Amino acid sequence: MGMTMTQKILARHAKIDSCAPGDLIEASLDMLLGNDITTPPAIDIFEKNGFGRVFDADRIALVPDHFAPNKDIKSATQCQKMRAFARKQNLKYYYEQGQEGMGVEHVILPENGLIRPGELIIGADSHTCTYGALGAFSTGVGSTDLACAMATGQTWFRVPEAIRVELTGKLGKYCSGKDVILYLIGRIGVDGALYRSLEFTGAGVAELSMADRLTICNMAIECGAKNGIFPVDEATIVYLRDRVEGGYTKAPDWLYPDEDASYASIIQIDLSEIQPQVAFPHLPSNTKAIGTFEKITIDQVVIGSCTNGRIEDMRRAAAVLQGRHVAEGIRAVILPGSQRVYKQSLQEGLLEIFVDAGCVVSAPTCGPCLGGYMGVLAEGERCVSTTNRNFVGRMGHKGSEVYLAGVEIAAASAVLGYIGSPEEIL
Amino acid sequence: MRIEGKVIKYGANVDTDVIIPARYLNTSDRAELASHCMEDLDPDFGKKVTPGAIIVAGPNFGCGSSREHAPVAIKASGIACVIAPSFARIFYRNSINTGLAILECEQAYEEISDGDQITIDFDMGEINDLTTGQTFVAGAFPTFIRDIIDADGLVGYTRTKLSKERGE
Repeated sequence: MGMTMTQKILARHAKIDSCAPGDLIEASLDMLLGNDITTPPAIDIFEKNGFGRVFDADRIALVPDHFAPNKDIKSATQCQKMRAFARKQNLKYYYEQGQEGMGVEHVILPENGLIRPGELIIGADSHTCTYGALGAFSTGVGSTDLACAMATGQTWFRVPEAIRVELTGKLGKYCSGKDVILYLIGRIGVDGALYRSLEFTGAGVAELSMADRLTICNMAIECGAKNGIFPVDEATIVYLRDRVEGGYTKAPDWLYPDEDASYASIIQIDLSEIQPQVAFPHLPSNTKAIGTFEKITIDQVVIGSCTNGRIEDMRRAAAVLQGRHVAEGIRAVILPGSQRVYKQSLQEGLLEIFVDAGCVVSAPTCGPCLGGYMGVLAEGERCVSTTNRNFVGRMGHKGSEVYLAGVEIAAASAVLGYIGSPEEIL
Repeated sequence: MRIEGKVIKYGANVDTDVIIPARYLNTSDRAELASHCMEDLDPDFGKKVTPGAIIVAGPNFGCGSSREHAPVAIKASGIACVIAPSFARIFYRNSINTGLAILECEQAYEEISDGDQITIDFDMGEINDLTTGQTFVAGAFPTFIRDIIDADGLVGYTRTKLSKERGE
């Protein structure tokens, strides 16, 4: 029987000719990732059990981005432990705050050229599934998995079934990859792809930028998927060309789904029919199209994160905020996703637009997305956020509310003081 | 192995942010994590956990973040097992890896009520509701997963593997 893209990547890394859904395999890993929340427990396990040296000091990326720059003494201690481990193990990809290449983990790994099509990546962070945008298999695991994989370079997987998502058409105005994935999650629910792969395909793929694809794969986990994956096309190669060390010209010739690959289900989406989406509290699947609900006043807007912290997102935000001002009483926090995005935003004059519009511009960090710092909500407060989760208490008090949306809706809402579209201010 | 305990019941999609809110993730101290377990969903959780208590919850338990602190907090708070129709996949892995007992059983979620006294026979995969007299059978773990559990979790499995590879 034919294999999906995901199944081919898994089989190749397990050194077997083929694999089928349900098979349990042990596979070799190309890259491992950890952050300042998940790595410290992994280090404890690694050291307590005398694992000694890591399997390959050039295949582990450690990124202190969640509560860093350190928000308190406990966070500082966690980052300190990570830094000491990275030095001791001589890790090539340890990223220090402020330095070139640093930023939010899932923004920088693709940006720094650490991910290539056909590779197998695990990360101790659920949004590790982001890299499927580049035709890689990547998925989130826990700290024990990370600890053991750092020692052996391998981990186990249950081979997933796949859902084939066929995209046609072209996105309309004020729509991006964020609206595609929110729309899909709204359609199938937060466990609609549980244990499965989401394999994107169809003529609509070519209409999506790499930023769109990264955002879509980033939130595959929010419908329970093990991974999301896009085919490799010209846009992928262009993205990788100047980023990957030594250049990049061609994806592996085996990296495509077989014609007779089997799928648990097929979902068809016409991109032109998608309207800007807003996910209401407290599930990413509680989606409504903009314009279909009553006026909802807000207190805060957050633009950034591993979902929407790329330069394309900063440009979209600036296009809405240019020459306008955040409504009275609203806090708008903008977080470029990496040092590169920050510098590019600076050079393009975007940061000036944000500051003139009355926004807080922060260094890259995950902070507000998970209620860490840099924008924690009080009881009863509402936030429109370009992040990825709106669970109870996600961004602060359990009585606060998070509405997930794309960048233009978030930026327009900051100006309006309620959830709305750029059309209302242009 | 057989355990007995009182049921604490929750609905569908219990996420990792309510199991252990991120604001407490600046530590991995088990006791401290346990003291905040479920507080945003059920402020009385800590008081409800009697020795051997068992959580019975709806589908997609543990959805959200990859934080291993979630199963660790549940286990450290004294919960002996979580029963749900399905688990989010990272939570499933993390539970196996950290030794939190979990069972997949849809019928148990439909029939068992909050406060029921139940027993679990892990070898048979059998759940008995002593309050109602009903019996349910949970899905069995694949052999490979059982091997990991039997090797004292993934860490034990890895230790054995490394000592073979490195010829120690």
